[in-house]
Amino acid sequence: MGSKMSGTRPDKSKLYHPQMPATWWLQKSSYLLFMLRELSSVFIAIFLIVYLVQIYQLTRGPEAYTAFAQNLSSPGWVVFHFLALLFSLFHSITWFQSTAVVMPLRIGARELPRQLMTGLNIAALIAVSIVILIFFNMLRG
Amino acid sequence: MADPTVTLNVTRYRPGQDQAPTSQRYTIPYKTDWVVLDALNYIKDQMDGTLSYRWSCRMGVCGSCGMMVNGVPKLTCAAFLRDYHDQEIRVEPLMNFPVIRDLVIDLSDFMDKLKSVKPWIIRKTEKPVSEGEYLQSPAELESYKQFTQCINCMLCYAACPVYGLEPDFIGPAAIALGYRYNMDSRDEGKDSRKDILTGHDGVWQCTFVGECSEVCPKHVDPAAAIQRTKVDAAKDWFKSYLLPWGQK
Repeated sequence: MGSKMSGTRPDKSKLYHPQMPATWWLQKSSYLLFMLRELSSVFIAIFLIVYLVQIYQLTRGPEAYTAFAQNLSSPGWVVFHFLALLFSLFHSITWFQSTAVVMPLRIGARELPRQLMTGLNIAALIAVSIVILIFFNMLRG
Repeated sequence: MADPTVTLNVTRYRPGQDQAPTSQRYTIPYKTDWVVLDALNYIKDQMDGTLSYRWSCRMGVCGSCGMMVNGVPKLTCAAFLRDYHDQEIRVEPLMNFPVIRDLVIDLSDFMDKLKSVKPWIIRKTEKPVSEGEYLQSPAELESYKQFTQCINCMLCYAACPVYGLEPDFIGPAAIALGYRYNMDSRDEGKDSRKDILTGHDGVWQCTFVGECSEVCPKHVDPAAAIQRTKVDAAKDWFKSYLLPWGQK
């Protein structure tokens, strides 16, 4: 490819090749937010593993489960779960923002505004969360 | 009162002379209607004829004058000095590209990538002119129209950390143009672009940082084109492997 153009190409030995510094993601707030979005998956993954272990403890009987639940109420785990909640909310919002970009809804020739699509998705998330909360509250009652 | 001035801190690189780029300060008259390109032209005409940079149309159409202005990829013909009021303005070559001299970058990698996505209409068989045009509805046009606005200025490549870290990545503009022709109802070349768009160096390298779309001076959305190509590729994969009538 490009053999016909090779005569017009610069002498590669004289080019300066800039290198990206390891701290490139600190150079712009948008890069930092991207890295935080990627990091959120680590918190969500750890939360899910802990959750699976919690379910496994249920199969080992009430004593094992209570002991595990007590461990989870230690300050370290509470802080972790608080951070995991923040990261999962951040991840959800960026996910819904992405949805509007990746899967646009068209009405005729026009695309539905992205903010509206993101807003509708977040409203649906809130509505489903409320329904689940009511359902579990009823089970407890 | 002295006439107002502004200082530009410009990257210099003289091949065969410098091991690495250096910077040089130029203090020039400040005019509210000047853009960074006007300032560079003033320096070249009045102060230092050795300064090298690309430019052509001065009206945001040719895509030649892209540079980093205070760390942000910009068309210098559209970056007004007044928007950087009271600051020293740092002018550097576009990030992520090899530098030939001063503010001039090597375009050859981008040109090869652009060509590789076959950004033209491909027909399996051409119909004779006597049969008339290939007709298209306004809705069909709207599905790809924004991607036709790309002027190949490469600001999106300078904003893309993935391209900086993985130089083999086909990159935002080339993928957006490949997508533009895939979405064109007159085109039949989607299969011939598939390997390059969804291959090892194609859309799956993208981690959706989204900066390509933020810096585009023509409001093209390459990030959307890349993510939509991923969805299309995933659908094609499911069809080819899971449906008995899918094409492998």
